[in-house]
Amino acid sequence: MIEIMLMTSIALFGVAIAIALFRIVFGPSLPDRVIALDMIGVNLVSGIAIISVMLRTKAFLEVILILAVLTFISTIAFSKYIERGVIIERKRDS
Amino acid sequence: MKINNVILQAVTKIAVFIILTLAVYLFLSGHNSPGGGFIGGLVLATAFVLLFIVFDIETVQKAIPFDFKRVAALGAFLAVGTGFGSLLFGEPFLSQSFGYFDLPIFGKTELATVTIFEAGVALVVVGVVVTIILSISEDV
Repeated sequence: MIEIMLMTSIALFGVAIAIALFRIVFGPSLPDRVIALDMIGVNLVSGIAIISVMLRTKAFLEVILILAVLTFISTIAFSKYIERGVIIERKRDS
Repeated sequence: MKINNVILQAVTKIAVFIILTLAVYLFLSGHNSPGGGFIGGLVLATAFVLLFIVFDIETVQKAIPFDFKRVAALGAFLAVGTGFGSLLFGEPFLSQSFGYFDLPIFGKTELATVTIFEAGVALVVVGVVVTIILSISEDV
């Protein structure tokens, strides 16, 4: 029973990633693409967690942590690029 | 125009310590599980990059007064030095050894000289990655 549930949820996460990929390719503006990238990262973390439950292993937990960190930092970097135009600035003016 | 990003700075001050803890865990678990000096160095560099993004370069370099090129050079010296250290005992280059010790808190612990080599690798990775990112983010 739980195998069917896990397989169904993995399939649904795949559908969600495909939708976000469509938004990345055909997105009208840059913030749409950034949000879609963040959504792909969150869905990948969830999918890896489900695969780790299915395989009954703890080897993928570091992967989850590192993927979450990289998604966080990339979203911040893109947001700052949209907001200010530079990512790492020499001296804050505020 | 003054941009208010106090939420981002408040989150970053906590998240940086989580990332640094993850880096130390990955560095120390590198013997018989995923991890090691290279990955630990990359995650450590990720924490520095997060600080450089959220705050600016001058503030971070006032708080962390390292020249990252010298950090990379020190790491390369450490890694190669442990390789040559095995020559003093009549062993081939880069030979490693390990032993079991009784530490006060941890109990019976395996200590290996590979850890010093991995520390050198981690320092090289941190120095090189931070230097590359600071170089390509410079204004033209």
